[in-house]
Amino acid sequence: MANLPILLDYWPSMFGMRARVALREKGVEFEYREEDFSNKSPLLLQSNPIHKKIPVLVHNGKPVCESLNVVQYVDEAWPEKNPFFPSDPYGRAQARFWADFVDKKFTDAQFKVWGKKGEEQEAGKNEFIEAVKILESELGDKPYFGGDSFGYVDISLITFSSWFQAYEKFGNFSIESESPKLIAWAKRCMEKESVSKSLPDSEKIVAYAAEYRKNNL
Amino acid sequence: MAEEIILLDYWASMFGMRTRIALEEKGVKYEYREEDLSNKSPLLLEMNPIHKKIPVLIHKGKPICESIIQVQYIDELWPDTNPILPSDPYQRAQARFWADYIDKKTYVPCKALWSETGEKQEAAKMEFTEVLKTLESELGDKKFFGGNEFGLVDIAFIGFYSWFRTYEEVANLTIVAKFPKLISWAQRCLKRESVAKALPDSDKVLKSVSDHRKIVLGID
Repeated sequence: MANLPILLDYWPSMFGMRARVALREKGVEFEYREEDFSNKSPLLLQSNPIHKKIPVLVHNGKPVCESLNVVQYVDEAWPEKNPFFPSDPYGRAQARFWADFVDKKFTDAQFKVWGKKGEEQEAGKNEFIEAVKILESELGDKPYFGGDSFGYVDISLITFSSWFQAYEKFGNFSIESESPKLIAWAKRCMEKESVSKSLPDSEKIVAYAAEYRKNNL
Repeated sequence: MAEEIILLDYWASMFGMRTRIALEEKGVKYEYREEDLSNKSPLLLEMNPIHKKIPVLIHKGKPICESIIQVQYIDELWPDTNPILPSDPYQRAQARFWADYIDKKTYVPCKALWSETGEKQEAAKMEFTEVLKTLESELGDKKFFGGNEFGLVDIAFIGFYSWFRTYEEVANLTIVAKFPKLISWAQRCLKRESVAKALPDSDKVLKSVSDHRKIVLGID
């Protein structure tokens, strides 16, 4: 392979982080390129003309867009190491369902917690806590959402853990008191190099969120 | 019924249609159960407690929710008959991208097209027109979205065709005249037994929506 896969990304993006974790899980070397949203690169606009968003994985010159799509693609393009899905169709369907739940229910709620204030933030907090409790119930006593192995659902959710400190600070609540199992799971995942290398420092995220709040609220 | 498949569905749902098509494509027998969305069955609420929506596929007592996930599940259980997803990882990623695009971009405007009036409906018209433009461009001169073979993206979108007449009538939206490639594509899809069986009559959808608008919105 002449060229490394290129990941168009943005450092605080939990969606970009998913792609990073996936590539590292497979031991794939890649070229990370930071995008400036006020000045999107020609490659980004050309590779993702529909949504114009990161992450975009460019592999063999061809783009793959949407973070969960990238994660599935990485799993299928490099199938030999650390499969992200179980082999049985029902288990696979369940994994897809829960990653979709994270996208549908968790994403909007968490944004309201760090990116809004007043009533909107309160509503977001309630939605967030509800989603977190549902996820904790689904995790149960398993080490990972995937069971014994770190997998698709873990990848889809773990990246938000880099934002937990920001949620707690701006939402004024403790995630651990709402869902201790989820916090324990997050710590377990962070022991994996693919995760710890891909997630930025929580303090940096808190500073980023603070800046956003200062400029927007 | 050896396979024990139950589909909780609603006759006019373009999402339910996807699962029906997939099951028919594979030649799988299943029990169709119509849900009254104003009075959801205990089984639906038990099998889909998170979203409480149809379609729900119940296979040997275990639920699978979300239509695109159901279609992929069906494809993986019966991989040798009429494959729905291609085998190449990049083509699969493309198929998933477009199915996801359809889901992300149609849900809100399509509901507003038939349930709203005035500004909200106008905004929905513009949004949906953009979607149709994008899809017609993506389809291009191909037989199906994936190329020569009927697949995931076709299944994801074809159900909306049964709603086109409704959108044209109640929202005064031009579709047939403006998007000839999509219309030819739809007619190609309808030649498949699985699609012909799964899609309701367009006039039936229109009547149901018109009745609803009369009662709820007071529109004749």
